[in-house]
Amino acid sequence: MAVLTGTHAGAAHADHALPTEEYGLWAWITTVDHKRIAKLYLFTALFFSLVGGGLALAMRTQLAVPDNDLMDGGTFNQFFTMHGLIMIFLVIMPINAAFFNFVIPLQIGARDVAFPRLNALSYWIFLFGGLMFNVSWFTGGAADAGWFAYPPLSDDQYSASNGMNYYLVGLGILGTSSIMAGVNFIVTILNMRAPGMTFTRLPIFTWMSLVTQFLLVFALPPLTVAFILLLFDRTVGTTFFQATEPGGDPILWQHMFWFFGHPEVYILILPAMGMISDVIPVFARKPIFGYTAIVFSGISIGFLGFTVWAHHMFAVGMGPIANSVFAALTMLIAIPTGVKVLNWSATLWKASIQITTPMLFAVGFVAMFTIGGLSGMMHATVPVDQQHTDTYFIVAHFHYVLFGGSVMGILAGIYYWWPKMFSRPLSERLGKWHFWLTMIGFNLTFGPMHISGNDGMPRRVYTYPADFGWDLWNMLSTIGAYVTLLSAILFAYMIFKNLMSKEVGDPDPWDGHTLEWSIPTPVPVYNFAALPRVFSNRPFWDSKHPEATEIHDAGTGNGHSTAPLEMPPLYGPPDEHIHMPPPSYWPIILAGGLTLFGFGIIYFLPLAAVGVLVMIGSIFAWAKEPV
Amino acid sequence: MTIMEPAGDNARQTLDLFIILLIGSGIILVGVEGWIIYALIAYRRRAGNDGIPPQTHGNNTLEAVWTAIPAAIVIALAVLTIRTIMVQAAEPGPDALRVNVHGNQWWWEFEYPEYGVTTANEIYLVVDREVALTLQSDDVIHGFWIPKLSGKMDVVPGRVNGFKFTPEAVGAYEGQCTEFCGWAHADMRIKTHVVTQEQFDDWVEIQTRDATAEQQESEGARLMVSKTCNACHAIRGTIIQGQEGPELTAFGIRTVIGSNIVANTPENLRAWIQNPEQIKPGVLMPALGLTDAETDTIATFLEGLR
Repeated sequence: MAVLTGTHAGAAHADHALPTEEYGLWAWITTVDHKRIAKLYLFTALFFSLVGGGLALAMRTQLAVPDNDLMDGGTFNQFFTMHGLIMIFLVIMPINAAFFNFVIPLQIGARDVAFPRLNALSYWIFLFGGLMFNVSWFTGGAADAGWFAYPPLSDDQYSASNGMNYYLVGLGILGTSSIMAGVNFIVTILNMRAPGMTFTRLPIFTWMSLVTQFLLVFALPPLTVAFILLLFDRTVGTTFFQATEPGGDPILWQHMFWFFGHPEVYILILPAMGMISDVIPVFARKPIFGYTAIVFSGISIGFLGFTVWAHHMFAVGMGPIANSVFAALTMLIAIPTGVKVLNWSATLWKASIQITTPMLFAVGFVAMFTIGGLSGMMHATVPVDQQHTDTYFIVAHFHYVLFGGSVMGILAGIYYWWPKMFSRPLSERLGKWHFWLTMIGFNLTFGPMHISGNDGMPRRVYTYPADFGWDLWNMLSTIGAYVTLLSAILFAYMIFKNLMSKEVGDPDPWDGHTLEWSIPTPVPVYNFAALPRVFSNRPFWDSKHPEATEIHDAGTGNGHSTAPLEMPPLYGPPDEHIHMPPPSYWPIILAGGLTLFGFGIIYFLPLAAVGVLVMIGSIFAWAKEPV
Repeated sequence: MTIMEPAGDNARQTLDLFIILLIGSGIILVGVEGWIIYALIAYRRRAGNDGIPPQTHGNNTLEAVWTAIPAAIVIALAVLTIRTIMVQAAEPGPDALRVNVHGNQWWWEFEYPEYGVTTANEIYLVVDREVALTLQSDDVIHGFWIPKLSGKMDVVPGRVNGFKFTPEAVGAYEGQCTEFCGWAHADMRIKTHVVTQEQFDDWVEIQTRDATAEQQESEGARLMVSKTCNACHAIRGTIIQGQEGPELTAFGIRTVIGSNIVANTPENLRAWIQNPEQIKPGVLMPALGLTDAETDTIATFLEGLR
C-alpha cells in the first residue's frame, strides 16, 4: 500500500513509525478515519441532493402553468413531502456532518474525533436510514402527509400506504445517527483541542458546530418520542394524537414536532454561518470583525432557538397570550442575527478583498440570508403571519434561509475546503459561472414566490386556477428552477473533472488562518505529525505573518493583544510514534442490524428481534476489539 | 386573493402592519446590501497588491450600538404586533353574525345557528356587520382563509376555534383551505359573498324555504333517492336528508360547484353530477353511472331549487 510521505515543515521521519493509509473498497467500508467518513457523508448527501432536487424540478414543472395535469394530487403530495425530508435530513444535515468530520479535528489540532468507531457508526446508520426511507417509493407510495406530518392526516385512516411508517421508522433511525454524532463532536471539541486552543481561540466554524451539536442532542430526542407515539397510533391503535378519543390531541404532535422543528432550522443554518465566518476573513485578509460578538450571538441563537417553536403555530388557535409571547421571543432572535450580519459586513470594511468563488458564495450567503431574515421578522408579526402562513410567501422565506443561507454557505465551504479534502481546488473560472448561475436561478425561483404568496397562492397545492394572477410568477419560478438545474449540472461536471485529476496543489492555497491549512496535502492519516501549540485565534496566519505584529486574542475585544509579539513556533518536533485506531467492520454490521430492526417494525416483528440480536452481537464484538 | 386589497377590518389592520414592515425591511435591506456591494467594490484587492490591510479585530462601541438598534426596532415592532393581536382577539359583540364553519375533506359547511340555515361552500356575510366564526372539523385539520377579509385560522378536529372580523365592502371574495388536508387540498376553496343586510335577509328567506310540493314529488327528487344521492346530501323539505355531504338546499342560487372549483353553469353541473372526478380529482363523491337523461333530470331539479 502507499506510504505517506507528507511531514511537517520538512522534518524527516522514520516512516515505519507512522500509520499509513489503506486503499480499496474494504478500507472504505471499515474506515474510522474522520476525513474518509467526511467524504462518504459528502458524496452520499450530494447523491441525495439529486433525488431531492429532481422532486423539486418535477413539482415546478407541474406548477409552471395553471390547471396542469402532469401529475395528480397524490403524487404531488408524496413529492413535496419527500422533497422537504430529503433536503433537510439527507442533504443539508449530512453535508454539514461532512464538514464537522473533516474540519473540526483539523481546526482544533486533533488526530481524529473522540470516538472514531462511533463516528463510522453514525455514517452507516445515516446511509442505511436514508436508503430505507427511499425504499418507500417502491412499496406502495412514499409518505404523503407533508414533512410536518400533522395527525390526523398522518394517521393510518387518512394516510393508508406504509409510506408514513417508513418516514417514522427511517427518520427515527436517522435521528439516532445525529444524536451519536452530536455527542461525539461535543466530546471532541471539549476534550481534544490542542494545547493553547482556548475557547476564545476556537475557530468560529468549530464554535458554531459545537452549538449545533448541542441543538442536535437536545432537539432530536423529543422528535423521536413523537415518532414513536405516532407509530403506535398508526400500528397498534393507540390514540395519542387522535381527537376522537378522550386524552388524544392532534395539537400535541405539533408542539412536539416544532419543539424539534425550530431548533432544526438553526441546526441547518449555524454550521453555514460558521463556514462563512471562516471564509470571509481569509479572503478579506483581516481577522473576523467582532469575534466575541459573533460567537456569543451564535450561542444566543442556539438558546433562543428552543423558545420559539410555537411561531409555526400562530394560526392554530393558541390564543392571543401565547401568540404574543412567542412573537416577542421570535423577534428577539433578530438581535443576535442582526449582530452577526453587521459583523460579517464590517469584516469587509477597509479589507483587501480577493473575490474567489468561496468568497462569492460566502458574501452571497450574507446578501441572501438577510432577505430571509427580514421576511422572518414579518412572520414573527402574528397578524401578518396569519395572512402569510401556508402561502408561497413562507416557501420564499424559508428557501431564502435554507438555500440562500445554508446551501450558499455550504457551497462556500465546499469551494474553500475542497483543496484540503481533495488536494486541488475546484476551477475558479467555472466556479464563478456556477456562482452566478446559482444566484440567478435561486432568485428567479424563490423571489417571485414572495409575490405569488402575497397574492394568496397557498402552499402544497398540486394545481391552481388561471384567473388569480399567479401565472406569471409561477412560470418565472419554474424557469428559475431550470436555471438552478443548469448550475447543478455544471457543479457536478466540475467535481467529476476535479476528481479525475491526479494533481496535488498548494497545501495552503488561500493564505489560511487556521490549523487545517498548516498541514500537508493530502492530509496524512494522523493529521498532525506533532500537535500544535496555539497562541491566538488565527494561529497559522500569525505564524506566517510575523510582520503583522498585532496578534489578536479575542478575549480582549478591541485588537489589543495578550499573545506574545514574538510567536513561538506552531509545531515542536514531530512525534516518534503515532497511534491511530484500527479499522473496524462492526459499525456497518451494527447499522445493518438497526436497519433490519426498522424493516421488522414495518413488516414482520420477528425480523426486528433478529435485528436487535445483530445489534447486541456487534456491540459485544466491538467492545472486545483492540483500541 | 391578494392581501394588498383588504375589504375587512382584520385584513386592513394587518396590511397596515405589513406596510410598516415592508418599509422598514426595505431600508435595512438597501443599507446592508449597499454596504456589502460598496465594500466589495471599494476594497477589492488590486492586482499586484500583496499588502496586509489594517488588522481591525472589532469595536465594542460599534457592537453595543448595533445590538441596541435592532433591540429598539424589535421592541417597537413587538408593541405594534401585540396591540394588533389584542384588537383582533377581542370578544365579538352581541350583534355579531354567528357562523359555525365545518371543514371536511374537501368542502366547507356553513351553519347559521340564529337563522336555522345550513349551506355549503358559499358563505354569505353582511357588510359592516361583525362576524363571529367558530371552526370545527370532523376529519383532518383544515385552514379557513379569506385573505381580503382576515388572516387565517386552523380548523382542528377535537377543538372549537373561533375568530371575528368585520367585512367592510360589498363584493365576492375568494377563500381557500390553507392547512394541507390531503389529496384534493388544492381544490378546497371558499366563495364569500359580502352583501347588504337586506340582501342577506332575502338570502336567509330562500335558504329556510322548504321545497315546494311539486319539487318534492318531481322525477328529479325521486331519482336522487333511487340513485342514493340522499345517502350524503340533504334538501330542506324533502326526504333527501343525508348528513355526510354538502347541503343542497336552494342549490339553484349557488354560483359555484365543487367547493368553488367551477362556476355553476348548466354544462358544469351536468358534468359534475355525471363524473365529479373529472372536475375535481380526488373528490369523495362517486360517479353513479347516470345516463345523460337522468343527469339532466337531477340537474334540472337542483337548478329549480331557488
